[in-house]
Order: sequence, then C-alpha cells, then structure tokens
Amino acid sequence: MAYVVERKPLTLAERLYLPQIFAGLRITLKHLFAPNVTLQYPEERPVIPSGYRGVPTLVRDPQGREKCVSCQLCEFVCPPKAIRITPGSVPADQPDRLHIEKAPQAFEIDMLRCIYCGLCQEVCPEEAIFLQNQYSLSGYTRAEMVNDKARLYELGGTLPDQHYKWDKKKAAAEHGNTH
Amino acid sequence: MTALYQYWLNLPLVLQMVIKGLAVIGFMFPFGGACSLIERKISAWMQGRHGPNRAIPFWIAWVPIIGPLLQRLGVFHLMADGGKMFFKEDPIPGHVNKFYFVLAPIVAMIPALTTVSVVPFGAYIDAAGQLVPLILADVDVGLLALFAVSSLGVYALILAGWASNSKYPFLGGVRASAQLISYELSMSLSILPVFLWVNAPGGSGTLSLFAVVQAQSGPWHAWSGLWFIFTMPVAALIFLVSLFAETNRLPFDMAEGEADLVGGFHTEYGSLKWGLFFVAEYSHMLIGSGVFVLLFLGGWNPLPWLPLATFAGWLGLAGNPLVVGALSIVIFLSKVLFFVFLFMWVRWTVPRFRYDQVMKLGWQKLLPLAIGNLIVYALVIAWVQVKN
Amino acid sequence: MIQPLPSDLITVNVDGQDIAVPKGTNMIEAARLARVEVPHYCYHPKLTISGNCRMCLVEMGLPAVDPATKAPLMDPATGKQKINWMPRPTIACATNASPGLHIRTNTAAVQDCRNSVTEFLLINHPLDCPICDQAGECKLQEHSTAYGRGYSRFVEQKNVKPKRTQLGPRVTLDDERCILCSRCVRFSKEIAQDDVLGFIDRGSYSTLTCYPGKQLANNYSLNTVDLCPVGALTSTDFRFKMRVWFLKQTPSIDCESSVGANTEVWSREGVIYRITPRQNDAVNDTWMADSGRVLFKEVSAADRLSGATLNGAQVTQGKALQAAVDLLSGRGGRAESGAVKGVAVVSSGRSTVEEQFLTRKIADKLNATVALVSRVGVGDKILVSADRNPNIRGALVTGLIRALPEQKLTALGAAIDAGQIQVVLSMGEDLIAAGLTEAQQAKLAVIYLGTHQNATSAVASVVIPTLTVFEKAGTLVNQQFRLQKFARAVPGLAGVSDDLVTLSYLLNALGGTPLGATLGALWPVIAAEVKVLAHATYDTLPSTGLLLDSASWAGLPFVEGETLHFKPVAGPGVTS
Repeated sequence: MAYVVERKPLTLAERLYLPQIFAGLRITLKHLFAPNVTLQYPEERPVIPSGYRGVPTLVRDPQGREKCVSCQLCEFVCPPKAIRITPGSVPADQPDRLHIEKAPQAFEIDMLRCIYCGLCQEVCPEEAIFLQNQYSLSGYTRAEMVNDKARLYELGGTLPDQHYKWDKKKAAAEHGNTH
Repeated sequence: MTALYQYWLNLPLVLQMVIKGLAVIGFMFPFGGACSLIERKISAWMQGRHGPNRAIPFWIAWVPIIGPLLQRLGVFHLMADGGKMFFKEDPIPGHVNKFYFVLAPIVAMIPALTTVSVVPFGAYIDAAGQLVPLILADVDVGLLALFAVSSLGVYALILAGWASNSKYPFLGGVRASAQLISYELSMSLSILPVFLWVNAPGGSGTLSLFAVVQAQSGPWHAWSGLWFIFTMPVAALIFLVSLFAETNRLPFDMAEGEADLVGGFHTEYGSLKWGLFFVAEYSHMLIGSGVFVLLFLGGWNPLPWLPLATFAGWLGLAGNPLVVGALSIVIFLSKVLFFVFLFMWVRWTVPRFRYDQVMKLGWQKLLPLAIGNLIVYALVIAWVQVKN
Repeated sequence: MIQPLPSDLITVNVDGQDIAVPKGTNMIEAARLARVEVPHYCYHPKLTISGNCRMCLVEMGLPAVDPATKAPLMDPATGKQKINWMPRPTIACATNASPGLHIRTNTAAVQDCRNSVTEFLLINHPLDCPICDQAGECKLQEHSTAYGRGYSRFVEQKNVKPKRTQLGPRVTLDDERCILCSRCVRFSKEIAQDDVLGFIDRGSYSTLTCYPGKQLANNYSLNTVDLCPVGALTSTDFRFKMRVWFLKQTPSIDCESSVGANTEVWSREGVIYRITPRQNDAVNDTWMADSGRVLFKEVSAADRLSGATLNGAQVTQGKALQAAVDLLSGRGGRAESGAVKGVAVVSSGRSTVEEQFLTRKIADKLNATVALVSRVGVGDKILVSADRNPNIRGALVTGLIRALPEQKLTALGAAIDAGQIQVVLSMGEDLIAAGLTEAQQAKLAVIYLGTHQNATSAVASVVIPTLTVFEKAGTLVNQQFRLQKFARAVPGLAGVSDDLVTLSYLLNALGGTPLGATLGALWPVIAAEVKVLAHATYDTLPSTGLLLDSASWAGLPFVEGETLHFKPVAGPGVTS
C-alpha cells in the first residue's frame, strides 16, 4: 500500500533555487577558510585513543609468562577465521610454569584476513589477546602478513595484570585446602 | 623600451600576428594547467584538507622560506603532473576507432585556442588618446565568431564518446551533445539585449566585444557608466547558468558524471590525450569567464563609473601605453580569476543535477526566461532610445 | 480417570501432560518421552542407578485413594481424582513410574533444588573451562548455564586435588573437576568387568582413584571418558588436541572386528581427532573398545601409499590402471615364459559390501579364483569378536565367496606351485601374512590395491593406492548379519581415487558391463542382484542398520563367540 506524503508547497524563493545556492556558497566559503582537519600522515601521527582497535597481539603477565592457554575461543569467535591455534600441553617438569597445564604450541593470526573487530579480545577468558595501538602493518609477501606466536608476543609486550592467575593457582596448591 | 616597441611595430603584420597568437597559446596552456592545480587546492581547502603539498625539486628545497611555501602551495605538482602526462604510456584501447579516437582531443583543443583570438583582454591608450583594445583580431563579428567556434567543442565530446566504442563514453557523448545544444539557445538569447543596447540606431552595427566594454565605460552618473550586470541582471544570470552548462562544469557535469558514467566521454582516455581534454575544458572556462566579464562586468574597467582611461589618468599613466595595457590586463585577469574561483566554489556547493532536471531547466525555465527577457529589454530599449 | 491401557503401558502425567510409558520406566525416561528434560549427572541409561548427584530431583504425586475403601478420592473443583503430592522432592532416576504417577519438573521447588545442587557442585569445581577438554560437551557446564547463579558466594579456598593423575595408559584424571557421580566406577564394574575404580576419603575430600596396585588399563577404559559428565576423566590421546566445538561428527563403523560397533568420527578440516561410540542398542549400546579409537591414525600414517607405482616406479594413476588391465587380461606380465594362464583375486573382509560386489564382478569376468584372507583373534566377549574381519558376511552376501575362508591361503599357494596362477589381484591384503611363502609370491605378478605399504606392495607389479574407511562411504555386514553404513569423514588423499571408481574402471576396462562408480548408482544393481539386499539402498538404510535374512548361511561355522547383543547360532567354530 503506497502512502502519498503531502509536502508543503515550495515558496517562490525556494523555487527560484538561487537563495539556497547563495546560502550554500556561504557555507562552502566558510569551509575554505576553516582550518584543515587532515593529518600530514608520515610526519604527523594521530593520537591513538584508549580502546583503539589496532593489530591483535598476545600479551604476557608481569612475570613474563604467557597468559594464553589456547582455549581457542578467539579462533572460534573470529568472524573471518583469521586465527589459527595449535594447542599444546605444558610438561609438568617446568618449575616456572608448574600450575599451567595448557599453552599454545603455535598461534597464528592472518592479518590479511583480520578485520580488527576485537571479538577475540572480548571473548578471551584469560585477557591474553589485546588489540593495541599498532595500526600500520605492511609486508611484501602473504607469509609476512601472518603473525606467528613469537611475533604476536613481540608486538604485544606485557600489560599490567590485575589478578595474577598463575600465582593464585600456585598459592592454592601450596597453602590450599589439601589434606 | 621604446626602441623595442618601434621594432615591434616595424615587424610585418603577419609575423606580429603569429607571435601574438603563439604568445596567447603559450599563455593559455600553462594557465589551463594552473587552473587544474588551483582546482585541486581549492577543492582540498573547502573539504578541510591540505591538498597537494609534497612535490619539490631538491634544489628549491634549500631556499629557506620560499621553498617550503611553494611546496605547501603544491606548485611543483603542476610540473610533476605535466611531466607525467607527457611521459606516461599512452594506451589506445583495442576496441576503439583509432582515427576519431586520436582526433577527438585535437578537436577539443582547436576551438578552445581559436576563440581567444576575438576576446580582447586589455586595452591601452595610444598617442591620440584613443582607447585601443589588446586583441588578436578585433573583428566586427566578434562574439558571433566566438560562439560559432566554441560550439565546435561539442564535436570533441561526441567524437570521443563515439570513437571510444564503449557504453559509458557513448552515454557521456550523447548527454554532452544534448546539453550543449539546449543551453546554447538560452545563452545566445540572453546576450541579445546587450547588443541591442550597444548598437543604437544610427551607429554602425557591431558584435565586437570591445564595443561592449566601451558601452560600459561611461563617466560618473551616466547610464553608460553602469555595468550591464546591474542594468540587465536577468540576462547576466541566464548567461552565467548557461556558461556553467556549456563548459560542462558542475552542477551540469553530465558528460563526465563520475558517479554514474565512470568518467563519461573520457573514460577510455589516458595520459596526454586525457590531459588535452582538460586543458580544453579549462580554456573554455577561462574564455567563458572572460566573455562574461567583458559583457556584464565592464571588462578592464576597474569599477562602475570608473573607466580605465580615467583610472589611468588618476594614476598619471595615461601617456604610457605599455603600463596602461599591463594594468588593464591585470584588472581583466583578476576578474576572470574570480570567475574561475566561482566555478570551483559552485562545484563544491551545488550537487550535480539529474539529467532530466538539466533538460527541464534548459528548455522549460531558461529558454522562456531568455525570450521574455529579450522582449522586455527590446521594448525598454526601444522606449529609451525613442525618448532620446 | 486413568484410561485402560495395554498391560505393558501405564499412563503418567508429566507437567500436566498425560503420556503412556512402558512399565518399569523411571521418571527421567518417562519425562524424556514427554519431551521434558530432567537434568542429571550420575544417571546413565545403560548403568545401574546410584542416585548420588541429586540433580534430578522432581516433585512427585500419586492419585489419592480412600485408605479404607481404596476408592479414588475425587476433587470436587476439577472433577478429577485428587493427587497427593509428596512433601519433599524425589530423585527421578531411582523412582519407577507407576500408574497415575504425576511428575512436576517446573515448579519453584524443583528449580530451587537444581539451583542448590548446582551451587554445591560448583563450590570446589575449578574454573578450568578454557583449558578443559570437556568444555562444549560438559553436562556441568550446560546445567550451570541453566541453573547456576553466574557468580560464586563461596569465599573460602577451594579444595586442591591432584590435577594430572594417570589412571591408566589412556586415561588422565583431573580430580578437582570430578563431581563424584560414580558413573566410571559403575561402568568398570558392570560393563568392562574390570573393577578398578573407587572413591577414597570422605565429604569434599572424596577422590576418585584406582585400587592400590591396579590401573584402569582394560580395553574399554576410554568409555569412562565418554561417560564422565565433566572433564575429570580425559583421554590422554585427545587431551589438549582440539576443542570439541570445532569438530564435525560423521557416523562411522568400527572396523576392528565383526562386531561393527557404531562410531562417531570427529574431524576438523580433513584431520580426524578422535573416535567415540555412537549409540546403537542392538549392537554396542553406548560403548566401544579403546583399540577401535586409534584406528584413525592409519589415515596419516607414514607408510600410507600416496601414489601409483608400476614395477616400483612412480606413474600416474591412469598408467597404473592400464598396466593392471593389461596384466589381468593377459596382455602383459612378469611371467616371461609363456602367456598368462591363471588369475586369482585375493579379496578382503575389510572391503565394503560395494567393493566386494565389484570385486566379484571382476573375478567373474576374469574367471578368476577368489580367495579371502582370514583374520582370527580372540574375542573379549564384549565388543571385540574373534573374527577381526569386519565384513566376512558381506563377502558371503554379495557372493564373492561361498564358504568361510581357510586360515591360510594354502589352496592358492598350491595353485601357484602348480603353475596355474600367475597374476594375483590383491585387495589390500598382505599375501605373505596371509600364508603364501616368499617363493610363491615371487612367482606372481601382483596387482595391489591398498592403503598402506606391506610385504606385498613392496614387490607388486602394480600398486594403486586406495582410501581408508574414514575417507570413503559404504556399508558393512556385521556378525549379526546387520547391514550398517558409514559415511565419509574426511576427504581422501590428493590424487587417490575412490575405491569404487578404481574398481569400476577395472571392470569396464576388462569388458564388464558398466555398473557405476557411486553408491547411488551401484545400490540399485546390488539390490537387484543380491536377494537378501533387495529393496536396500544406501540412502534409506537406517542409522542403526538393517538386519538381513541370514538363513542361507546358518550352517557355516563362524568363529565368533558370544559378545554384547550377540549369541552365535551355530556355536563357536574355531576359537583359537
């Protein structure tokens, strides 16, 4: 069912169209003298706001241990299927990782596929993957654009951690409710 | 200086004409190119951008203040673009009609450069105290010749559209032809009142643009001191709108129509051939602006009721023809440049019309208005001149 | 009033909806029939009831009768019989339905019970979901989503228990995750007949463990992993390999013996990660043997044949096939002296019914003698039978063989020694292992169609690679004469044709009637030719299989002994 919308009849000034053009000219003239808003990119860099979604990276906790436990939730949630994880188990004989059972063997993010949506960061139960402020990424080959685990940790660095999960595990194992 | 002037006057007339013609062409080409740079810069500023500001030859970069300034104004982009245009590969697509495909940009350039010959671009006062126009050919058919030749420009567009042998250029060519024909009518009709007024009964009839400027060079308080834009505003408006349409400038950018026709008639063109089309378009713009200035804005007269001769007298330059000529050229060119700016200004203000709107405006609005305007002014001029 | 019903059905009322259920059904199953889910952990339909998780608490009511006269008490408001609701909830798993029983699963009291049970279970449960292999198929996870509160009120420290105990060679135990449902304990005792698991300590310190000096090492230990409603028992092989939500499930058949246990193959992007049992109450219930769960490793084994060879040199598939046709039809061959006289087909009880049918056609065309390789082991009386060929009966049904195969290929050996056989078409069988001597094999030109390298493929004139059972679809006939189908779980090796394509090519090239190389094209032909398979098609075959009429082969001395859901008809033959 089609609706007929009654429009207000145009006034003579509106039908002449010229006053509107003059009004428009006034606006464009104003913009001619307004300061430019574009950045001169390579010299001027944008201020990255907090919460910016740059290149996804893996981070370590302040003790330098990897936080990722390869739960593969990011791989699952990733809309363009850019993340590929090979899970692995941590051998029980590593003293500094005594309470960590699982960690990624390989972790690859294909930056040619990544759409920077941030769902991986949102879904991560270990707060191990973050989209940080790196926004300029380039490479000469396709292979170069696939970030492997080492590169992801290099990009990610260490983030302040609020809850030292592994320490808690260790404390629980040492002083916990055993019998 | 005087010796040089004498030497010039002693040259054979043909040689004088050739040198003058080459000088004008040598001026028009870079000026057309400069207009494209101006367009880029003004577009950028209106959009809050910086525009081209990268290119600079390294030895100019050493100059302390001037170098960076020129770089920021993007002056060297013009040369870089020009150089690129000359040296880049010039592909001719396999499916085109080669002869007409190559002919089209040449046909575009010819009217653009020819029409300059009848446009006076300044004047000086000779020893006898007479005002003499700076013009290549001060012929009586002046404006008629200009219209006749510049109308040929549409053939370039049609040829390009047809020879490209692909659908978008073809559509662009068809649109261009229909649009140019539609607006030429209103354009010609709109200037008739001006010539009705200039060619008062008794005097020898002329279509010379110099005569038109003379008719706007009256002294203080005389009717003839007012520019025609004040006495004939409707005619000026119709001429201006038609001028936008004739030069294929936005909002009448039907022939190109990037949004719907990719690039319109020049879709298949590249490098220098494409560049020729653009120099031709800017030349049309420049000449169209010049004609508007001559017809309605008093040509080289600095202000209404202030003719060039009086102005030069105030400055004490009346006896120096060269300086007066240069002054007149500066005044004329600054008016033209304002119009060039107006073209760009309007481009970023008014969005492109739909094709049916263009046709409707041309045939149903402007043409009746132009005819009515002609009748009214014919009656008024007849009444005024009979009263005198 | 209760409607009179056939004697074995009784009417119960679940959430206001009357439904007829068989007598003896417990309330969980009755509710399931009414399409109402009662959450539970310890209850398992194939195990005894223990009733220790308390998750299945429901409200229960019985029709009221006058204690003196036994006359129904009517409710004047509704005109129906009054229901006496029990004052306290009951566990649904341990209460059998009685006539007129009323069950309420959606009341606030029931909700409260479930919420409370969930909260108690989660008190000491670690937050391991991100690394837990059970995540995604975990009952505790599911029920916590439905009945959990989303945060913890427990401020004390959680219990700490051993995290990676090896219960046996194939099972790893995470005691922190255990909710003490005792399913694994009951399974070991009742199904696997290997009572090794039990709980020690009391209260929240209770811990699952093996009896001292024992291991959960029986061939059914991985069923405890499937049973475990949480991630306490995990498969050491599958541990931390892949999250289950990535895996695609394909119905398949366990090919290790003629039991034909129904399985589910879990794969992702062409890689198989695990095999679990698929419920078929007529064959394997919900169990399967551990030995059948590692069969998928043959898909990417190092000795897998990946390309055709001709006299040891790599050739294209087409060339190898042509050489095979030349050999079989007597136009070429290794026997330098004289023309080829005899061709024998050594067929396999591991081939599918369709392949065996095509093999028979080829053998018929060539007038070849057909032998089949016997594989006899020891049956474990549960889900591994003595006959380790999954499809001996398929060969009988399709007419490839008429009698059971001899233990060794002695008849074939004799024929070779007599010079009657020069060319052998081996359907993936190792002739040496099947009983021929090296000398006998050396006299032959062997065409080997198989998946892996062995002593025969090493000396075969023509080797044409084929696909494993996980890379193709087909049907098998198990010891019950049950025709069961399996689907393709992962794509085959690049460049290797489907077995049906290879065989039908050979058949066509040898001058046989073209029969089609797909299951859809082949089955009408099989159904038309084989009487007991009439009306069967691959697509319409039920997932639980189709029991065939086995009367024609009733007299044969099959080697299988008794297993789950199978009793030999003719009595065990050879049981060595």
